[in-house]
Amino acid sequence: METILLFAPLVGALVAGFGWRMIGQTGAQVAATAMLFLACILSWAVFLGFDGETYTVPLFTWIESGTLFTDWAIRIDRLTAIMLIVITSVSALVHLYSFGYMAHDENFKDGESYRPRFFAYLSFFTFAMLMLVTADNLLQLFFGWEGVGVASYLLIGFYFRKPSAGAAAMKAFIVNRVGDFGFLLGIFALFWMTDSIQFDVILPMGAELAQMTITFLGMELNAAETIAFLLFIGAMGKSAQLLLHTWLPDAMEGPTPVSALIHAATMVTAGVFLVCRMSPIIEYAPMAGNFIIIIGAVTAFFAATVGLVQNDIKRVIAYSTCSQLGYMFVAAGVGVYSVAMFHLFTHAFFKAMLFLGAGSVIHAMHHEQDMRNYGGLRKKIPLTFWAMMIGTLAITGVGIPTTYFGFAGFFSKDAVVESAFAFGGDLGQFAFWSLIVAAVFTSFYSWRLIFLTFFGEPRGSKHTHEHAHESPWTMLAPLGVLAVGAVFSGVVWYNSFFGHTDEVGRFFGVPYAQEEHVEEGAHGATDEAHAAADTHATESAESAEGDHGYAHYNLVGAPGEGAIHAAPDNNILNEAHEVPYWVKWSPFFAMLLGFVVAFWFYIVNPSLPRRLAESQRPLYQFLLNKWYFDEAYDFLFVRPARALGRFLWKGGDGAVIDGGINGLALGIIPFFTRLAGRAQSGYIFTYAFAMVLGLVVLVTWVTLRAGG
Amino acid sequence: MIGADLSILIPEIVLAVFAMAAMLAAVYTSKDAVAPALTWGTALIFVVMAFYIAVTGEGVRVGFNGGFVDDGFARFAKITILLSAAAILIVGIEFMQKSDLLRFEYPILVTLSVIGMMVMVSSGDLIVLYVGLELQSLALYVIASLRRDSVRSTEAGLKYFILGALSSGLLLYGASLVYGFAGTTQFAGIIETATAGEMPVGLLIGLVFLISGLAFKVSAAPFHMWTPDVYEGAPTPVTALLATAPKVAAVALFARVVHDAFGGAVGEWQQVVALLAVLSMFLGSIAAIGQTDIKRLMAYSSIGHMGFALMGLAAGTEQGVEAMLIYIAIYVTMNIGTFSFILSMEKDGRHVTDISALSSFASREGGKALALLVLMFSLAGVPPLVGFFGKYAVLFAAVEAGMAWLAIAGVIASVIGAYYYLRIVYLMYFGEDREGLDGRMGLVTYAGLMAMAALIALAWLPGLNLLGLEGMAAAAAQTLVR
Amino acid sequence: MTIADFTFYLFAAVMVIAGLLTVTARNPVHSVLWLILAFLSGAGLFVLVGAEFVAMLLIIVYVGAVAVLFLFVVMMLDIDFAELKAEMAKYMPLAGLIGVVLLMQLALAFGPWTFADGIEGRLANPTPALDQAHNTQALGLILYDRYFLAFQVSGLILLVAMIGAIVLTLRHRADVKRQDIVAQMMRDPKKALELKDVKPGQGL
Repeated sequence: METILLFAPLVGALVAGFGWRMIGQTGAQVAATAMLFLACILSWAVFLGFDGETYTVPLFTWIESGTLFTDWAIRIDRLTAIMLIVITSVSALVHLYSFGYMAHDENFKDGESYRPRFFAYLSFFTFAMLMLVTADNLLQLFFGWEGVGVASYLLIGFYFRKPSAGAAAMKAFIVNRVGDFGFLLGIFALFWMTDSIQFDVILPMGAELAQMTITFLGMELNAAETIAFLLFIGAMGKSAQLLLHTWLPDAMEGPTPVSALIHAATMVTAGVFLVCRMSPIIEYAPMAGNFIIIIGAVTAFFAATVGLVQNDIKRVIAYSTCSQLGYMFVAAGVGVYSVAMFHLFTHAFFKAMLFLGAGSVIHAMHHEQDMRNYGGLRKKIPLTFWAMMIGTLAITGVGIPTTYFGFAGFFSKDAVVESAFAFGGDLGQFAFWSLIVAAVFTSFYSWRLIFLTFFGEPRGSKHTHEHAHESPWTMLAPLGVLAVGAVFSGVVWYNSFFGHTDEVGRFFGVPYAQEEHVEEGAHGATDEAHAAADTHATESAESAEGDHGYAHYNLVGAPGEGAIHAAPDNNILNEAHEVPYWVKWSPFFAMLLGFVVAFWFYIVNPSLPRRLAESQRPLYQFLLNKWYFDEAYDFLFVRPARALGRFLWKGGDGAVIDGGINGLALGIIPFFTRLAGRAQSGYIFTYAFAMVLGLVVLVTWVTLRAGG
Repeated sequence: MIGADLSILIPEIVLAVFAMAAMLAAVYTSKDAVAPALTWGTALIFVVMAFYIAVTGEGVRVGFNGGFVDDGFARFAKITILLSAAAILIVGIEFMQKSDLLRFEYPILVTLSVIGMMVMVSSGDLIVLYVGLELQSLALYVIASLRRDSVRSTEAGLKYFILGALSSGLLLYGASLVYGFAGTTQFAGIIETATAGEMPVGLLIGLVFLISGLAFKVSAAPFHMWTPDVYEGAPTPVTALLATAPKVAAVALFARVVHDAFGGAVGEWQQVVALLAVLSMFLGSIAAIGQTDIKRLMAYSSIGHMGFALMGLAAGTEQGVEAMLIYIAIYVTMNIGTFSFILSMEKDGRHVTDISALSSFASREGGKALALLVLMFSLAGVPPLVGFFGKYAVLFAAVEAGMAWLAIAGVIASVIGAYYYLRIVYLMYFGEDREGLDGRMGLVTYAGLMAMAALIALAWLPGLNLLGLEGMAAAAAQTLVR
Repeated sequence: MTIADFTFYLFAAVMVIAGLLTVTARNPVHSVLWLILAFLSGAGLFVLVGAEFVAMLLIIVYVGAVAVLFLFVVMMLDIDFAELKAEMAKYMPLAGLIGVVLLMQLALAFGPWTFADGIEGRLANPTPALDQAHNTQALGLILYDRYFLAFQVSGLILLVAMIGAIVLTLRHRADVKRQDIVAQMMRDPKKALELKDVKPGQGL
């Protein structure tokens, strides 16, 4: 079953990509989509039938079982199972959605067959992503990792006639290479220390790694810390965390279904998945964990601020994705991996939905993406409007704290916030407040999007507004399905991800044991008021459940046992349930505050935002230009790299360096050209001279080494 | 006694006899008119010899007083050399005919060069090494300037010749120092003296000179400077040849010398080779960024790739040699495919090498563009394509040998290097719409491109297991590193 | 110091100096002449170690053929050596520095030069002693036996050199008339000329 699940998308991709001439364009689309739905059904079967016990399904072995390459197998544990349903469900729906969305595209000439190609890429992406999450060793994981990168590259640049799309594709690939570099180093370091890349071998060694040191260039580095740090660099690239985030907003150049599938629900969460998968190692690397918290929290905050002022509907959602990923990393960093996965899980539904909804709006508005040209669309496209509303309610976390009433985002986001608070210390406080502020902003920009798009007067071209039309059923049906997920995925699986430790432990297949704390005796006596007053480790504050006398459990699995791991001293999951009331309510108020401000700005007093932007010009520009990250990178990396390339290169036709690559043209630097002309002059004696010079350097080096 | 020795040498003898017979036959018949048939025949005989070696070769046989070694390592290298040279000959025929360069001496010179390469990889003696090297090089100098009416081609040949002579000088000087110390030119004798105690400085310097001479043939930085000019100036089929078979021979010879003659003193040469590897990888990656001529680009690309191959060698272990062989075999495959494409790059019937001509190629020739995309991604080392396995193998060998810094440098270089391969893909897929290549391809070049791209795209699949390359390389490495 | 020692140092010194002057001489013809002197000194050194056959080879082949060929080439080519020298002079300081560094390193190597253990054993047997076989014979013996492979491959190298020279220089010029002896001999007068009986007073 797992094998069929894994390869069905690949078959779909091959059929659609190479066989469409035989079965026709529509046939190819249907074939790819059917394969995805098959995979989706099988995934749910795996997920629901999974009993928490990790198992592997061997796929192939290298016949010449040499020393270098490892065998291939599918590893199924709870993490994989969660990812499976997320990936295949969203992907299947996106395939269906694309029937309508890609039916006509003005980026292609009449008669050009782009649809089979699009479906083939989508299916190929899904296959690579499944490969990533089902990997049972690091090499296989890396295959999937790069595979999704390539698929993303192809899909971002799908509108190849748009120069900006090509540039965005290139940028995504290159920025990701930086992250991959860290990831590869992490793999090397792991292999070096453990002599294996099999998860079965590596994961149980987490605690041992913490005792080992890596000696590199004379530095003594803690093995676990170094590895965790390097792996996280990889995760940062894929998941668009701060410093390596610049590609994600640009990736919105791709078709909208792609944004929904790759840049919201699945690929970008691969980083979170990686961190959770490696939890047995990260648990023993407290410094790296702290680093993850900081990056996550800052990203959540940063992306939310930028999201406030963007005008392109997709960019707003892109920054929101970036920000939500920050939430997940905070959860992973503090050590409650189940919560990180929880947010990943719910986020996939509502974010995919927002993107598909935005796609529906864009489709209705004839590929207009600027929200300033929207307005009053509620009446024109009511179903899309309601879908977007549900998505917004979910992302802003609407729900009543301490009860079981709320949208999916409410449960998972609150879980993250509470975990951050429970982590304690300055760092915990910092993360907590960053997330709260980010939640205010999230609420604001999400509602701003809704208000600008669906309320108020129609703006922009009259023609498009008159012709705005509701999307076909192929686009609306996925929205409906996702809406169900966005509403219920939180409440249904709340206990499995963020319930009591024994439930979480059972869900993830991690052994647990009753906690033997001194405070245990106090259980029965305490009441709710007491619990609110005493913030630390007295009683579960899950008042709705009213579980007085409930025994505390701890996850006690050895590293590598079960899907996630918690170090013996990691008690955050329990503590997160016992945070004060004001903490539990704070996300709610944050949400409310954002909503009220947005309402005031865009419904009550629509001229206010413009005046505010003018009076706070520098700040507005700063945010609008995304904190000037692109410009800084251009100055720091892109230009020097080019200058260096030019320096090492013979004169020639310097002007032809592709100005379009990162969207900027660079004039020739005559100085460098001259210098380079001298370096590779074409004269034999220069070359001979270089050879002799090289020889002398080598000889000197060797003799010095021998002498000293 | 001589009979037994000669039996080891059968493939080389067959090729030499073939070359001379072919020359006589061609001179006394219609000369250049037989050249296409002769080229096909040469390729055929290469393939036959490759099969002969694969089928009959077994064990380690040493002949000519230790001067010639026929072991698994040599056989692996020879088969790679023969097959790649055959492939390049075939895909180049059409180009050579079109540009009126297909003279009957061309396949003969290639044959003689291949004999030189085969002697090189089998050499067990410094003298045999040198004559093999010179045979190989001299023939290449000539065919590099085959287009004798073109200033660029003759300049390329001349540069190659003069710098090659300089490198030969370095090599010979190193060899004389080694001989002066050890009293013998045989590897088997040198290794005895080199392992006994610490190496004296004189021998060390001799070793460095020797390595420098070899590094020139591998085109490792800083002995690489001839490469871009020669690649650009030489006729494209010759460039393709230069980038494949001689590189295999040079790398294999490099491995043979350092392991067979200095195998006991790994620590002494390891650092030097590692330094060459790092310099080559970085130079290859960085300097390629500004290139607009695809042949120059491929020159820098080959410099970078040689750096990676040397990284495997620098590991100094059996696993390292295995990784090196895997790498070089994959590299050759990718290059045959890429050059098949370059050979067919034409605009208005004229051969062009400027990469801007590739602009928006994908929208017109989807299949070919896809094949080239596969090759470029593979050259960049993007998994799961086969090129990634080569990089993976050498990087892991380096890490295993405790040279993590080298592996890290390699990863950085490959990240930088990915840029210019991607630029080609970028141009093909996202470049602005304009008149570009004609897109016509001869049947042979088309087959070459597609076959290699398919191999690169699919051979990693678990059922195929790189076609057993790993096992063969492991067996070959085992006979070299003892 | 014996006569033999003295002669050795004499030849060696002359050889080194001549080699140096070959490179530095202003006039290219002088360069070649210095080169010939270096060859001659080399031949002298060979005689000293009892390798008279190699010594004679050096004189006949190198001095007699190669160097004279050089001389012709140098005199026929019109190269402005002064200009080349000027170009070279720019790099002279740096090149000199590097040369000195290399030289010092080589000195470092040759100072404490040691031979490998058991080198005598390995060196002892290449050629039989002079009283057993004379020089030419001894050389022939190892050349066709021990170094058979290298000898044959060298032959191939010469073959390549020959082919290469022809490939790169031979031109079939279509506009030059050539003598075809067979065609001349097979020429049939009956076909080549026609006799016309010209009637007087009419003309053709």
